[in-house]
Amino acid sequence: MPDIKDLSPDQKVKFYQKGTFTVGNRLVDADARAVQASMERTNAITSGHRACQGCGEALGARYALDTAMRATGGDMIAANATGCLEVFTTPYPETSWQMPWMHSLFGNAPAVASGMQAAMKAKGRSTRIIAQGGDGGTVDIGFGCLSGMFERNDDVLYICYDNEAYMNTGVQRSGATPGGARTATTMPAGEAYPGNVFGTGKNLPRIAMAHNIPYVATASVAYLQDLEAKVEKAMQVHGARYIHVYVPCPLGWGCASHATINLARLVVETGFFPLFEAEHGRVTQTRPIRQRIPIEEYLKPQRRFAHLFKSEAGREAIAKLQAMCDHNIVEYDLLRADKETIR
Amino acid sequence: MLKQLEGSHAVAEAIALCRPEVICAYPISPQTHIVEHCGELVREGAMGSCEYMNVESEFAALSACIGSSACGARTYTATASQGLLYMAEAVYNASGLGLPIVMTVANRAIGAPINIWNDHTDSMSMRDAGWIQLFAETNQEALDLHIQAFRIAEQLSQPVMVCMDGFILTHAYERVDMPTQEQVDAFLPPYQPQQILDPANPYSIGAMVGPEAFTEVRYLAHEKQLQALDVIPAIAAEFEQIFGRSSGGLIREYRTDDAETIVVTLGSVAGTVKDVVDEMRDAGDRIGVVTIGSFRPFPTAELRAVLKAAKRVVVLEKSLAVGFGGVVANNIHMALHHTDIPVHTVVAGLGGRPITMPSLHKLFAEAQEDKLQDTQFLDLQHDIVNAELARQRALIGSGPTAESILRNIQADTAYGGASAQPAE
Repeated sequence: MPDIKDLSPDQKVKFYQKGTFTVGNRLVDADARAVQASMERTNAITSGHRACQGCGEALGARYALDTAMRATGGDMIAANATGCLEVFTTPYPETSWQMPWMHSLFGNAPAVASGMQAAMKAKGRSTRIIAQGGDGGTVDIGFGCLSGMFERNDDVLYICYDNEAYMNTGVQRSGATPGGARTATTMPAGEAYPGNVFGTGKNLPRIAMAHNIPYVATASVAYLQDLEAKVEKAMQVHGARYIHVYVPCPLGWGCASHATINLARLVVETGFFPLFEAEHGRVTQTRPIRQRIPIEEYLKPQRRFAHLFKSEAGREAIAKLQAMCDHNIVEYDLLRADKETIR
Repeated sequence: MLKQLEGSHAVAEAIALCRPEVICAYPISPQTHIVEHCGELVREGAMGSCEYMNVESEFAALSACIGSSACGARTYTATASQGLLYMAEAVYNASGLGLPIVMTVANRAIGAPINIWNDHTDSMSMRDAGWIQLFAETNQEALDLHIQAFRIAEQLSQPVMVCMDGFILTHAYERVDMPTQEQVDAFLPPYQPQQILDPANPYSIGAMVGPEAFTEVRYLAHEKQLQALDVIPAIAAEFEQIFGRSSGGLIREYRTDDAETIVVTLGSVAGTVKDVVDEMRDAGDRIGVVTIGSFRPFPTAELRAVLKAAKRVVVLEKSLAVGFGGVVANNIHMALHHTDIPVHTVVAGLGGRPITMPSLHKLFAEAQEDKLQDTQFLDLQHDIVNAELARQRALIGSGPTAESILRNIQADTAYGGASAQPAE
């Protein structure tokens, strides 16, 4: 293991860096410590919350909000939709939030945030507003309020943590659940019904783009620096902004809790969930993939897709999912030789 | 200053005098003129830095109010009817969170059948949502109640609904005495929030509360409403001192001294009832009126004190608890449960049906002769109802009720039948 003192002076040690420079870094000299050892570092969601082991949402929310806190000097307020994130962070009288935070209802976080930014405008304050929710709160029940917030171009950053089903209530299908997936309300039934139906899809980042808002991005918790950079960028912009973060849910997906980062990487590498940025309705950046990985690699570690490997109908579903990846690879030119946009 | 104004405009001007910081608007008849004029006043600069938000639904309107109020901004919105139901989840949420939002409800019926005219079904559907509910009798009172509402709301950190009859008040031009900014400023100090989302002192609002504390949290909401029973009259008294006129309060009595028959009502119909009472008093009848100014909290003790001397109580209300009878009457029954004073429920004015003086004369005369049933419907066209019931019994798949009733009334009118006009 390399010694922490061997690092070049401009190299920053980060908590998520592989090779563990983290353990006991408070014991090393102050100038050599990782950023996580700093008492001044942002800490939007402090430890002790009740998320499941391997929770992608807890990870995504922490990095997104820590970044937003850095970008705003802590001058921010968050509105939270009902859901896992709300429940596991605030088992009153304890709260994980080291920032002003409010939960009102399941479907109204964007509107609550709109009201917050109106209050700040009226009071002449520069406090920034963030709203957040899961895919159910965003894609389904909060969709009307979200679209209204976009259309008015209210000065709110909305972050959706997408784990592709209603996990808080026990893994029921949402508008973001992929075709073929098993949920509590899309249980597979032999050849006739191989899990969730393939609808037309509800691509919320594209829907956000259709509102021509200043900034839209997708991110995945496998690429935390990319997520940080996108939140950082979003906070430099005023008006309605949207970041859709892909967050695996070990409990809901039936995968190992240590598989979170790997699945969050595979979903990008297969082309199933392309990472991109868009400004005013146009894609400006995409993250190319290194090599084409078949969708099976992503599906196999998840029990929610296990039935697809056992029937002809399942195999057809896999082919459809692969076709969606192939479509994305072409649409976003993910296999291009030019890798300059990789962060 | 005396002005000749539409009720909606009077309310909007009163709101402007209260220096709100955020107004959320989503249009619904008959509330539209209020939010339109608020928007106009904001654009004209009459409300300083007030933010006027056009939102995409009533659910968003009240949700945005929740966000802005939690950030310490004085916040206002207005709605009616279907809009109030569409925001129902946020209605409960705002009071549960203890946010002093003021909202006008331009009272209107609830569909189906869709109906834009006045009754109180909308407000009554939210009577247990934890909001203070004040009912205006006139446009002057509607104007005054909004100014008082911010004081009451902010003092108790509870939301207040000011209910005014749709069209009958909102669209009626009347002379009103518009207060000066100095008067309102003297009465209504800047908002000092009980709780505020502040980066300098961060806390979490709106977390889950389990069985170990839920009862206590909800009881405290009830306790706040009980406190309002003292706060509402106190603020009304202070209002009278500054503005020189009596407005608001829990209940208002009219010619109840020595009354054997007391009519209890709320909203604008009180004016018609008072006219009828005047005529009956002239004829020697011992009859009076009590108007409920605050429906939530319900002034049980005050009503009991006034009604206990009566021989009978007639509750005239524009709401119907389907399958039971009267909403307001149920509350009056509760207030008089330890007495043997008969309480008659009269459901009237549903969906904007005029409550006429001849109908009331007939009703009150019957009341005085103890001929009223427990529950009756003023001017109900029994022949039309019976015809439809017979048709439904005779035909399987008899079709939509509302259309068939309208067809019957139309045909009946064409033939000049008895049910063409409400019986007098």
